[in-house]
Amino acid sequence: MRFAEAVRLAWEALQANKLRSSLTMLGVVIGVTSVVLLVAIGSGARNEVTLGIESLGSNILFVAPGDFSFGSAPSLSRLTLDDVRRVGDAVGDPRRVAATIASGELVRVGPRRVQVNLNGTNETIPFVFDRTVARGSFFGEADVAARRRVAVLGADPVERLFPDRDPLGRFVTIGGVRFRVIGVLSRVGTTLGVDRNQETFVPVTAAQRLFGVSRVDGIAVKAVSPQDIAAERQVIREVVSRAHPEQDFQVLTQEDILGVVGRVLSILTIVLASIAGISLLVGGVGVMNIMLVSVSERTREIGLRKAVGARTRDVLRQFLLEAVALTVSGGAIGILLGIAVALVVGRLSPVPAAITGWSVVLAFGVSVAVGVFFGVYPARKAARMQPLAALRYE
Amino acid sequence: MTTDALAGRLPVVEARAVTKVFRMDGVEVRALDGVDLTVRQGDSLAIMGPSGSGKSTLLGLLGGLDRPSSGNLLFEGRDVATLSDDELARVRNQVIGFVFQSFQLLPRTTALANVGLPLVYRGLGRAERRRRAAAVLEAVGLGHRLQHRPSQLSGGEQQRAAIARALAAEPAMLLADEPTGNLDSRSGEEVLDLLARLHTEQGVAVVVVTHDPGVAARFDRTVVVRDGRLVPPREAAAMLASARLGTFGAARKRG
Repeated sequence: MRFAEAVRLAWEALQANKLRSSLTMLGVVIGVTSVVLLVAIGSGARNEVTLGIESLGSNILFVAPGDFSFGSAPSLSRLTLDDVRRVGDAVGDPRRVAATIASGELVRVGPRRVQVNLNGTNETIPFVFDRTVARGSFFGEADVAARRRVAVLGADPVERLFPDRDPLGRFVTIGGVRFRVIGVLSRVGTTLGVDRNQETFVPVTAAQRLFGVSRVDGIAVKAVSPQDIAAERQVIREVVSRAHPEQDFQVLTQEDILGVVGRVLSILTIVLASIAGISLLVGGVGVMNIMLVSVSERTREIGLRKAVGARTRDVLRQFLLEAVALTVSGGAIGILLGIAVALVVGRLSPVPAAITGWSVVLAFGVSVAVGVFFGVYPARKAARMQPLAALRYE
Repeated sequence: MTTDALAGRLPVVEARAVTKVFRMDGVEVRALDGVDLTVRQGDSLAIMGPSGSGKSTLLGLLGGLDRPSSGNLLFEGRDVATLSDDELARVRNQVIGFVFQSFQLLPRTTALANVGLPLVYRGLGRAERRRRAAAVLEAVGLGHRLQHRPSQLSGGEQQRAAIARALAAEPAMLLADEPTGNLDSRSGEEVLDLLARLHTEQGVAVVVVTHDPGVAARFDRTVVVRDGRLVPPREAAAMLASARLGTFGAARKRG
């Protein structure tokens, strides 16, 4: 029998039992839809993260204590402002180096209060992280050196604390200490779900005094160009390790961070897609069940086909193709449905869904595989029938 | 049948000391026990016998639907024991045409497609199959029923369509198992006329299994099967003679 003939035959057999075929397909449709949809959401989240990390600025290196990987506990930093100076000297330009010490703090103005992420930093932040001030100005080197209690507020706290007044020159209270507002930051996007518009900056020296510590949490360095990243990383690592032989430090690039976060999201996506894949398995069992029913219903047809010259493999192929036609049709519908739902989800939720080519190809391949896997047994059963006994079957 | 008539006509199928044993619930049933039978090109043969005599088993073997338990079965000179399942399928496809008592037409399928079915397994394209099937249906007088489904055909028409299907593959031998068993006498008569015509006009060997001595009488030769063996010719002739007097039916019931 010709292959095209066999395909046509399989299609006709499905057409002959439309309701049964549709119901059988449903399991595969649901499975494929959820796989395509979940992978799309996972990929969307991944894109979002990438965008967020890239929005921090370009060519940035982060110095952090301990081991940065998924699941590791954060280590307490032993970095100090001396290290910031050393790194600045090593890279030859202190303006490219920023230090941070951060803590969640309550900021008050009279009866109004707002929780912010308070960052003690030096004057290099606008350059290193591509931040601009909408009003007023950022603090300068002199403010940092003199531990001046000045603050640059994020766009969100300003709206909450000074709804109807100009904040510049006014005072806010942070941890019981009064800071004078000298600037307001321009709005930026979120990074990894963190709203950066509530970040508020004060000189790192003032923050250290406020928190009662002399450390800094991390140091960020902006390399001049992507080509310099590797060399600078080496230089920075040497300087920091020499100063702190007792502690491990990591110098991370944005790509390193993307790698770790990306891996986490990949694992999450795979786990979710696998769970969805279970419904595909259940769909496959449904296909097998129906194919067994179909084979036994058509015992006499099988006997007749054999009597007029069908070989074992002709019958095998006929029923295998029927099973595959079921799952492939279900898979095709599932793919279209998955894409449609993903587009709707992308519209309605903050998580954009990204349909990836590989997930569609994979879903299609899995549909074929499910058909073959669950179709083989019924098809073999049909192919092995004895023609005489099959013809007499009632 | 004289020896002269056999000259030059090759055997289509030869059974030599063929036995068939079935196991049913651990009990051996000897359905056929040492049968010798040769069907040559252009033969016209009726196989008679009471129910359970083994005649249907014999027909299954002659049609390549089953293999003997012992003895030799040769299709066009080749022993079935040496044929693979695929080769045997090819014999069924190209050498033998089957006609069944219950027609065995595929429902939901047109007469044209039913008749073209054997040609599917010969790898012929759709257009060629349709062309040949239409020609054969025309030949059996169903040229006006090409697109009808089996349920839209009368019993006689269905059996003629089934004969057309058997003929589509241009076989050397037609095997018919009680072809008139499900038909009224007029349709049965038409089917028998058709078989006779195919035999005389196209030279196809026709083998029919039947209960009916009247049907058997229309064939050149009759063999009788009883308890898995062929009844010796002289005794068979006596049985057939008495059957015409109406006693064969009693013998059938006893079997």
